[in-house]
Amino acid sequence: MTAAELRRASAQQLRDAYKAGSATAVELLAALYAAIDREDAQLGAWLYLRREEAQAEALAADTRYAAARAEGPAALAALPPLLGIPVALKDLVNLINTPTTAGSRILEGYVSPYDATIATRLKAAGAILLGKTNMDEFAMGSSTEFSAYKKTVNPWARDRVPGGSSGGSAAAVAAFHAPLSIGTDTGGSIRQPASLTGLVGMKPTYGRVSRYGIVAFASSLDQVGPFARTAHDAALLLHAISGRDAHDATSSTEPLDAQLLNLPAGDAAAAGIKGRRFALPKEYFVAGMEPGVEQAVREAVRALEAAGALVEEVSLPATEHALATYYIVAPAEASANLARFDGIRYGASGHGEGNLLDGYLATRGRGFGPEVRRRIMLGTYALSAGYYDAYYVKAQKVRTLIAQDFERVWAAGFDAIVAPTSPQVAWRFGAKMADPISMYLSDACTLPANMAGLPGVSIPCGLSEGLPVGLQLIGRPWSEASLLTIAAGYEALTATAAWRSVEPHDLAALSGGAT
Amino acid sequence: MSWKAVIGIEIHVQLRTQTKMFCACAIPAEGDEPNTKTCPTCLGLPGALPTPNRAAIEKVLAVGSAIGAKAPATTRWDRKNYFYPDLPKGYQISQLDLPLAEHGKIEVTTSTGTRTVGIRRAHLEEDTARLRHEKARDGARSSLVDYNRSGVALLEIVTEPDIRDGETARRYAEELRLLLRTIGAADAEMENGQMRVEANVSIRASEDAPFGTRVEVKNMNSFRAVERAIAFEITRQAEVLDAGGTLTQESRGWDEGSGTTYTMRAKEDSHDYRYFPEPDLPPLAIDPAWLAAIVATLPELPHARRARYVAELALSEYDAAVLVGEPAAAGLFEAARAALPSLDAKILANWVSGEYLRVARDRVVTIDAAQFAALVAAVAAKEISGTTGKALFEEMAAGPLDIRQVITSRGLSQISDGAALEALAAETLAAHPQALADWRAGKQQAIGFLVGQSMKASKGRGDAAQLGEILRRLLEAAG
Repeated sequence: MTAAELRRASAQQLRDAYKAGSATAVELLAALYAAIDREDAQLGAWLYLRREEAQAEALAADTRYAAARAEGPAALAALPPLLGIPVALKDLVNLINTPTTAGSRILEGYVSPYDATIATRLKAAGAILLGKTNMDEFAMGSSTEFSAYKKTVNPWARDRVPGGSSGGSAAAVAAFHAPLSIGTDTGGSIRQPASLTGLVGMKPTYGRVSRYGIVAFASSLDQVGPFARTAHDAALLLHAISGRDAHDATSSTEPLDAQLLNLPAGDAAAAGIKGRRFALPKEYFVAGMEPGVEQAVREAVRALEAAGALVEEVSLPATEHALATYYIVAPAEASANLARFDGIRYGASGHGEGNLLDGYLATRGRGFGPEVRRRIMLGTYALSAGYYDAYYVKAQKVRTLIAQDFERVWAAGFDAIVAPTSPQVAWRFGAKMADPISMYLSDACTLPANMAGLPGVSIPCGLSEGLPVGLQLIGRPWSEASLLTIAAGYEALTATAAWRSVEPHDLAALSGGAT
Repeated sequence: MSWKAVIGIEIHVQLRTQTKMFCACAIPAEGDEPNTKTCPTCLGLPGALPTPNRAAIEKVLAVGSAIGAKAPATTRWDRKNYFYPDLPKGYQISQLDLPLAEHGKIEVTTSTGTRTVGIRRAHLEEDTARLRHEKARDGARSSLVDYNRSGVALLEIVTEPDIRDGETARRYAEELRLLLRTIGAADAEMENGQMRVEANVSIRASEDAPFGTRVEVKNMNSFRAVERAIAFEITRQAEVLDAGGTLTQESRGWDEGSGTTYTMRAKEDSHDYRYFPEPDLPPLAIDPAWLAAIVATLPELPHARRARYVAELALSEYDAAVLVGEPAAAGLFEAARAALPSLDAKILANWVSGEYLRVARDRVVTIDAAQFAALVAAVAAKEISGTTGKALFEEMAAGPLDIRQVITSRGLSQISDGAALEALAAETLAAHPQALADWRAGKQQAIGFLVGQSMKASKGRGDAAQLGEILRRLLEAAG
């Protein structure tokens, strides 16, 4: 394969090529780092590259493939599914002896002494960990503009945001710098950037993936999940990171779904759509939704119906309160989770001048950016004596109502909810920076699933104004394999659609022509 | 005027566990290098998460059951938020409104009778790190943090305002410590900070008057200090009010040297800890079967054991309290009785509270209960003398000893044979003519001296009581 083919290959294709001996992980790695070297000055997806360790991991993978090929098909089949597959990590995943910034100045220079559980699992699965990607500071934002380090652009349009907060992980996969990446989703931070960059991005059921070693934003909402260019690839990565972890008391003992490694493809996948029942929630077609987005989503719904699916409109009445309650619960938890950044043990410190309080004020006043400070203040206020019942306690009650809305849908026998992921395509830099509420509203369709702990996936469903539009599928708890099966079915149904063959428009421009 | 005191006690106790409350770090020991018993979780590193220590929860449920408290159907954890360098996460994981135990009580015996102290609640939380403030040679001040203690499991126990005097407060703290040690929930050594007692003290004109201004008394590092500090504080408050002054709500420290309390800090507006449920830990259902299994493993509790010793073994209240007051002593007593059921309980109790406790006060001793029983039995049967028995106990405390074998091989059996004792006494009398002279001069102590010399000559084997009678007879005959 040529370098251009290698970087565009899916994880599945890479695995087949490695097994056949028609490609090596070392070649692939060279192609990816070459692309990063050429393009990242423009793209801004990466915060840290793990060149030497990645090279060693690629060599080790190639050695294992070669040995297994010599041994025979059984040995090849026994190799772990992610062996030799590069993965990018959002820079809030702790990797031992590697910087972790969470996009914040307050962690500048911090080198983590331990591996997150998902890092341990990815290493054990033979994945090549390429490096760390840019993000909104502490995952607070929807455009990656709140990174303290750099601007990440959307490969589809350099003057537009990639979405956020996992914008670096999305841009890296969309720009073919990595076949797979890891993001986190607290209110839509995987699904929304996947939608804005034309990727598959999944937030698993709360508890499916360990949060140990993931810098926390809002503990009861955060989930780790995959970005990929296909449903099959997303399933592969999800399978590798899922499962009970003794280090995370909120991780579930729910067994892994082996179907993740055997999603149907082609006609079989398309045929699987027949007879599925989908709920279309009217509240998700919010005011301010762009007509082009609504059109693409409704066309996708018609395509599902044409393939034999039954789609019915439903009402999820608590949806209108989701945004307000989210902005109580998430900042409240964040205000405590971020208290540890006190300049005493690690990271930037303002202690030494004045008394202890002066040190805290200097550390946190300088270390945190505006959005993080805003949310810490919101959360501190909501938890304060005299306000706790009116805000936090009430928000938890509304959260229960949101969950009950979804439960009624499952009780009515629907397989999944179909909805838009983002009411808009990627917007221009700065468009929402002056107005926090307009930025918050961009997550209106994604955060209800976080509030209810449900799995959700965004899949590409067309273009509007030449920019990607995402279709969101939300399922009942632990239904990730089912959601990705539906996603694979939709991919098969639309395999020949014109928009599928369009590559990100500004890919060539990122390096001045060469790809 | 005559004021009535109202006292509530808050006690923090380090639980006896293998690992910390929310991580797998070992419990630090005296002399550990700073920051060697730490991990990402107890250091509060970014991304680290807590996982609850099941053994610690079981110990608190056991304590709750032992004080007759109720366990909730479901418990949960809460974050208590504040900034301080000894608190790595910026919050302490504690329990706010669903503590592991509520509404218990402890009965204590005081010099003026039995008192019942209500326990409002007992809950689990994590300890903080330790700060060390240093001054460098250039005069610069620095504060160092040792995170070894960060995350150690603490049990906090809060009483109702049921206590009226310092003595009851002290007895309550002592009885609670005994209960914790008996259950094996804690070692609760006050001297090294494993048990920290704080008292809320206020006074009022009469039992039906509203509570007065509350003062929190800290730094009481012994049970005696608890009693003295509270007594002092009651007097101090009364003097202030009698002089027409007013009391301020504050924290006061106990100064052992001067025997007074001093202002530590005035209570500012009560701190807003912004408690909320800990989202990193799911609520914990207390399965009734689990609780029942914990209750089933509870040993006999101190009050029940004391009552049994008095009622069934006819020990005095005092002897029963001494034995039960030290779990190891009660354990030895029980084991020795089990090894030799025919042994007289009163004699055995005297040996445990006399010999064993005397030795165990100063050092850790392991005594083989069966051998101990054999030793006491040999003395009781006058097979060996009390003096020999005590010497053998010293040996037993130093290392393993086979009593039967030693008595035989060393020929230690007591000389009770009348003729042999007569000869021994006669020899002693002949060797000490001054004693006879003393006796004649009316000094009764001469007999004691001669018995002692006879015992010495027999290497402790003589029957001291018989020797005394023989010597008296010989002296009277000679006098």
